[in-house]
Amino acid sequence: MKVSELVELLDLQVISGEKGLDREISGAYVSDLLSDVMGNALEDQVWITLQVHQNVMAIASLKDLAAVILVKGLQPHQSTIAHSKEEQIPLLSSSDSTFDLSGKLYELLKEKG
Amino acid sequence: MKLQFTIEGGNFSNAGHAASEIKKMLKQLGIEARCIRNIVIAMYEAEVNVVAHAFEGQILVDIETDKITTEIIDKGPGIPDIELAMQEGYSTASKKVREMGFGAGMGLPNIKKNTDEFYIESTVNSGTTLKMINYF
Ligand SMILES: Nc1ncnc2c1ncn2[C@@H]1O[C@H](COP(=O)(O)OP(=O)(O)OP(=O)(O)O)[C@@H](O)[C@H]1O
Ligand SMILES: [Mg+2]
Repeated sequence: MKVSELVELLDLQVISGEKGLDREISGAYVSDLLSDVMGNALEDQVWITLQVHQNVMAIASLKDLAAVILVKGLQPHQSTIAHSKEEQIPLLSSSDSTFDLSGKLYELLKEKG
Repeated sequence: MKLQFTIEGGNFSNAGHAASEIKKMLKQLGIEARCIRNIVIAMYEAEVNVVAHAFEGQILVDIETDKITTEIIDKGPGIPDIELAMQEGYSTASKKVREMGFGAGMGLPNIKKNTDEFYIESTVNSGTTLKMINYF
């Protein structure tokens, strides 16, 4: 599934990094601990988090993640948006909680792969 | 090929810069993706530790035909008990740093897991030096 399909099916707001919407995703990782993501997330995964500062995009880029989804309608810092554009990694926002969003995404990935 | 970077303690906005530059360079050199991933994890964690826990630091990178050697030398409080610091979950990170999502106590274990050789030396009230080697 592509990031753009996720945006549509999960009703996500695209904040920045539109150039990366065509990317194919391999799965997802859910964590708010940065070293956990650094150590355990895998390439092309989508990262669900409540962290909104720019280190999130630095990690997404270093780990070759497909996109970052912020939960509960949280809005990123300006520097996070700038970094997302630079790296062409989509920065998305959902009004759902981490639990609800992860559940929906899990179902979607199980159905569509 | 030798490269050098400077790290500023407390400045999180630049954290990951050195790791990012090295990643680009290793890609250009055609190094295996899995190997690059490991090096990037270790470098990032070492870099962030200087930002989070020390005052200033230098990163010295030496890329040879068969390996990459990285030394991270900082001036800072040092680590009184290295064995304890190496344990997963141990962290002295400040509240502010934890709120940003750092301070899980996973950085040093991540470095150990993702390097072929890893050495750490520290003097309290002086600083910490990490040396890590990854073979291509
Ligand atoms: N360069 C350093 N200078 C001084 N103390 C350090 C340094 N690096 C690590 N430490 C000490 O070792 C502890 C463990 O480091 P580690 O990287 O494993 O975890 P952390 O940095 O606290 O959290 P995380 O890396 O998960 O964000 C730190 O909390 C700190 O007390
Ligand atoms: Mg650390």
